[in-house]
Amino acid sequence: MPLIDATGFKQNGFARMTEGCSLPAGDVILPLEKLSTWREEVFSRGDRVGVHLPNTARVDEVWPLLDDVALVSIDFPSFADGRGFSLARGLRQRGFFGVLRAFGPLIADQMRHALGCGFDEVETPEAVIVRQPISQWRAALETITLRYQRGAGNGLSILDRRRAAREMGHRRFHSGLALARE
Amino acid sequence: MAAPKKPPLPVILMANDLIDGEVVFRTATGWSSEPREALIAGNAQAADALEAEGIAEMSRNKVVDAYLVDVVLGENGPQPRHFRERLRTLGPSIRPDLGKQAQSVIEPRGVPHVSL
Amino acid sequence: MYRYDEFDSRFVRERVREFRAQVERRLDGSLTEDEFKPLRLQNGLYLQLHAYMLRIAIPYGTLSSRQLRQLALIADRYDRGYGHFTTRQNLQFNWPKLKDVPDILDLLADVEMHAIQTSGNCIRNVTADHFAGVAADEVEDPRPTAELIRQWSSLHPEFSFLPRKFKIAVTGAEHDRAAIKAHDIGLRILRRPGTGEIGYEVIVGGGLGRTPMIGKVVREFLPRADLLSFLEAIMRVYNLEGRRDNKFKARVKILVHEIGAEEFRRRVEQEFAALDGPSVNADPEEVKRIAAYFAPPPYEELPERSVKLSIAKAAHRDFARFVETNVFAHRVPGYAAVTISLKPIGGVPGDATSEQMRIIAELAERYSFGEIRVTYMQNLVLPHVRNDELFALWEALDAAELATANASLVTDIISCPGLDYCSLATARSIPIAQSLSRRFADGARQREIGPLGIKISGCINACGHHHIGNIGILGLEKNGAEYYQLTLGGDATENAALGERLGPGLAAEEVPDAVEKIVNVYLQERSVGEEFIATYRRLGIAPFRQAFEKGVEGDQHAAH
Ligand code: HEM
Ligand code: SF4
Repeated sequence: MPLIDATGFKQNGFARMTEGCSLPAGDVILPLEKLSTWREEVFSRGDRVGVHLPNTARVDEVWPLLDDVALVSIDFPSFADGRGFSLARGLRQRGFFGVLRAFGPLIADQMRHALGCGFDEVETPEAVIVRQPISQWRAALETITLRYQRGAGNGLSILDRRRAAREMGHRRFHSGLALARE
Repeated sequence: MAAPKKPPLPVILMANDLIDGEVVFRTATGWSSEPREALIAGNAQAADALEAEGIAEMSRNKVVDAYLVDVVLGENGPQPRHFRERLRTLGPSIRPDLGKQAQSVIEPRGVPHVSL
Repeated sequence: MYRYDEFDSRFVRERVREFRAQVERRLDGSLTEDEFKPLRLQNGLYLQLHAYMLRIAIPYGTLSSRQLRQLALIADRYDRGYGHFTTRQNLQFNWPKLKDVPDILDLLADVEMHAIQTSGNCIRNVTADHFAGVAADEVEDPRPTAELIRQWSSLHPEFSFLPRKFKIAVTGAEHDRAAIKAHDIGLRILRRPGTGEIGYEVIVGGGLGRTPMIGKVVREFLPRADLLSFLEAIMRVYNLEGRRDNKFKARVKILVHEIGAEEFRRRVEQEFAALDGPSVNADPEEVKRIAAYFAPPPYEELPERSVKLSIAKAAHRDFARFVETNVFAHRVPGYAAVTISLKPIGGVPGDATSEQMRIIAELAERYSFGEIRVTYMQNLVLPHVRNDELFALWEALDAAELATANASLVTDIISCPGLDYCSLATARSIPIAQSLSRRFADGARQREIGPLGIKISGCINACGHHHIGNIGILGLEKNGAEYYQLTLGGDATENAALGERLGPGLAAEEVPDAVEKIVNVYLQERSVGEEFIATYRRLGIAPFRQAFEKGVEGDQHAAH
């Protein structure tokens, strides 16, 4: 399935290990229940380990398993099921610094939700891209450039910008006072 | 809101126009806002064909919520049996000046008026 | 009133541009209907029985004259010259075309309004006490809190695809006029006993719909500074754990009910403890910045009593009655808040024509610092009128047929749109409201009956609040016909209670008689000064049920 990040299409460096198939070569995304079985083998080959989580996974339970895991892929069974967004934020809050990938039929309009919750990239079915070419994904991000929420996603929120403006104002005020005194 | 089970015959196909939201009826040649012009399917085969057209028209982004509605045939053409669909062929019962009932030749009757 | 800064303005414009593109992408097939539907709903656009419907947010029910005029303009240019004020402090237009909606949104943005999150499975338009800043029993104006929540919840990346809709209400008063216990989250501003510090009581899991529930307290006192991080904790628990297998069990009230209030509370507190609060919460300076917009208008120093008012009341009986029912005490001496009833006898509850909107906008400018409130009773309020000018205002309202003196009386009926507009309805509700209003049209009789709330919904979803009506009426369908079920004893205030079913359903024509019988039992049985709901609580449902079932007794009472 196509992989998209904030700038456009992206090469998928990981292969998924699917039900009933053997371990693929190279960097691998393992299903959660296969993680303990195969992780050492992948590490021993010198490849990176990723893990795919159902959106019912609990942060507390999976967190101890994520040592050295380079990528977490979170399942979106449908685009209207927003559990994965909270799971992603929970992992980021815990301090997960690896790659976060949303996996499922997300639409272009949801790229901002994904990035805002700490995802780096979205892997969505070909069928979605057929209707919504990459230009629409980029346009969606360029359309909504502001957000209110602090602590969500990259860049400054409106509340942070207001704070910055306030601090600037203070500084200007105080330097103004200093000038007046001189 | 499409009812999963097949409605009794005869039926017409009703939907909302995607762009303006207006209630429309499938005719022999396209869509009409006039219930009198609705194509009437009197047997199962015709009903299935009508339903299939509804699905195709939805995927062509012409209409939304297309589904079959069972009707009785009267002087003014087909009239939905159920009061909900009958209201959709007329307009709000409390505002006879609005909706289809306001513009067309249809008498706003057939929906029990609450007069007390 | 709150005014947008450059960020708020840009934000709303960006949302309009996004929606414009979404409509284009729907029409060219980039978005399927399944994909488009949640997107349009998150912008207040429904598909109804006859047409699309656009629901516009009136955050915490505060409107300016300029905004109301713009709504009138939209009604004329893009709709059919009227709008419907709802119980959730929204305005609905019933006839917009999809292709016109982006232009309507731009007109709204011109006056700092929008339709963001007035529907969909996201955090909805935040509501508040319509007497905010007016009521004497207020600890603090709830609107700065509601505005902060409006901003925080707007296009929240994490909470836009929740299991189900999510409604938040805020009150700052003792007397709950915002029905906070019937919301997913209800916030009550209070002072911490002892220290006097201001904070919130947090109530979660109320709601109406097919499984009505009264909210449970999950935090007795939340310090003001922690508001947003605590809300995030609640929302995260709900987003992750709320049921998604059954849309009728997806509201947070079901989660709270299924795992228990204690367990819910524990999970929220655990999430709250794990959250990095300071990275989420708003600065105290930001809270102050917002609050500054809600500073009181420049009131004049006036005497408590107005001689002019007393003279006018003595001279005009109709005016005196209007004052009795529709005028609410203001905390500032010499001022009053005036309810403009959108419930004329036989009218459609909550509907206002564009002409009426313009007149009200004009009167607000002249008499109320250009401010209007929208109430959950589907009425409008001019919040700051000088007692001296009440008579002039009343004359102007009367000339425009906007002076119906029935606030909180039996004809001040709440009604959802029902099957006249709504695609989910099982029966019509507006015609029932109209017939009851005509039945009880007599003003003297209404005043004799006193405060009595009738609330009508056209289906189990309970948009007309029937569960919490003193008399609730629910429209259903049986064998291809509409019928109506009555409940008694519901209460929307701080004594929130759900009504009890009276008996078998009725045909539309039978409803007014049945309601009349109930009212007659009350008139017969009440003690001096006792309101309907108090009599009901004292007696229970039995005597009412008896009258309802027999019919005979009620008729005898009616005779004298
Ligand atoms: C006309 C189109 C409308 C539709 C399709 C609609 C849909 C719904 C649905 C499905 C529910 C049940 C939610 C649940 O239990 O999970 C609901 C509840 C509610 N709606 Fe509406 N509604 C409409 C109009 C209105 C109007 C006009 C009002 C205000 C007068 C309103 C206010 C409410 C309120 C207060 C509730 C119950 C409180 C709660 O959410 O628990 N709705 N609506
Ligand atoms: S209660 Fe039912 S009929 Fe009334 S507006 Fe809500 S969904 Fe529609």
